Amino acid sequence: MAADALTEPHATELSFYDIEDTHHHESGGSTLLGFWIYLMSDALIFATLFATYGVLSSAYAGGPSPREIFELPLVAVNTALLLTSSITYGFAMIAMQEGKLRGTQLWLVITGLLGIGFVAIELYEFANLIHEGATPQASAFLSAFFTLVATHGLHVIFGIIWLGVMLVQLGQRGLHPENRRRLMCLSMFWHFLDVVWIGVFTFVYLLGVLR
Amino acid sequence: MNDATQHADHGHDHADGPGHFTRRGYLIGFLLSVVLTAVPFWLVMTGALQDAQTTAIVIIAFAVVQILVHTVCFLHVNTRGEGGWTLMAYAFTAVIVLIVIAGSLWIMYHLNSNMMPMPSAEMSAQP
Repeated sequence: MAADALTEPHATELSFYDIEDTHHHESGGSTLLGFWIYLMSDALIFATLFATYGVLSSAYAGGPSPREIFELPLVAVNTALLLTSSITYGFAMIAMQEGKLRGTQLWLVITGLLGIGFVAIELYEFANLIHEGATPQASAFLSAFFTLVATHGLHVIFGIIWLGVMLVQLGQRGLHPENRRRLMCLSMFWHFLDVVWIGVFTFVYLLGVLR
Repeated sequence: MNDATQHADHGHDHADGPGHFTRRGYLIGFLLSVVLTAVPFWLVMTGALQDAQTTAIVIIAFAVVQILVHTVCFLHVNTRGEGGWTLMAYAFTAVIVLIVIAGSLWIMYHLNSNMMPMPSAEMSAQP
């Protein structure tokens, strides 16, 4: 048949990289690309905040310098939490791929707990800084620092809320295609935040202490 | 049968973004990023390299490599995903991000050295 001849090579050509994908997608592809472009625009927001921080990072106005206020061990713990949450989210995606609902939920819960730990430590750090008088009003450096780091922290908080919503939706409806698509978007969001955090711990904390 | 093939085919046309995730890919990414995180922290916290400028260059290099590792292993950006559009958007964004950050620092550095009140140490070094 002519139709056969047309479709068969196409199918064999493409099936090698997408073995698991047997269900039908209405709009999954374009949603993921659209979400990716949103993330890229988010990257531009962070780029402006990084640029602002870079420009203002030595404007102490008589306030404390990074070396005096940053506690690297705390930052190292925070980095470890976020990094680990990246791989636990990866395991959730693999469990999803294998169609294991329980496994997906379990790994998502672990990821969420790591995220909550990260936010808790960050809030503790902010509270400590403000307690020591290193408030956002103290100098341009601190304004830029709080804006950049708290924007990242807010993203993590929204990611955790999204995780909670996904857990509810998984509990109600299981791994249907829409939930899979949403988990893919959240996956990109979560790993993207990790990438931004690499910039934060390198350019803000490590270079700040070196200065 | 033919109908089913076409059905699946349709799904493949709007390929599911990054494609197939593997446990191995995530583990490699994780191990690499643990090393790429631990070394910069160790360098700064112990002051192993003495010279601050060398340390700065090294940890920036580690950060760049780690961002690439995350991009490939966790974000699954490659030439196949979405027909290469994720990679295109990523490359475009990377260029803009570099221009914004490097451009701002460059401009403000020159503004600082030409216009801002200088610290007295620098002032006395002027001819």
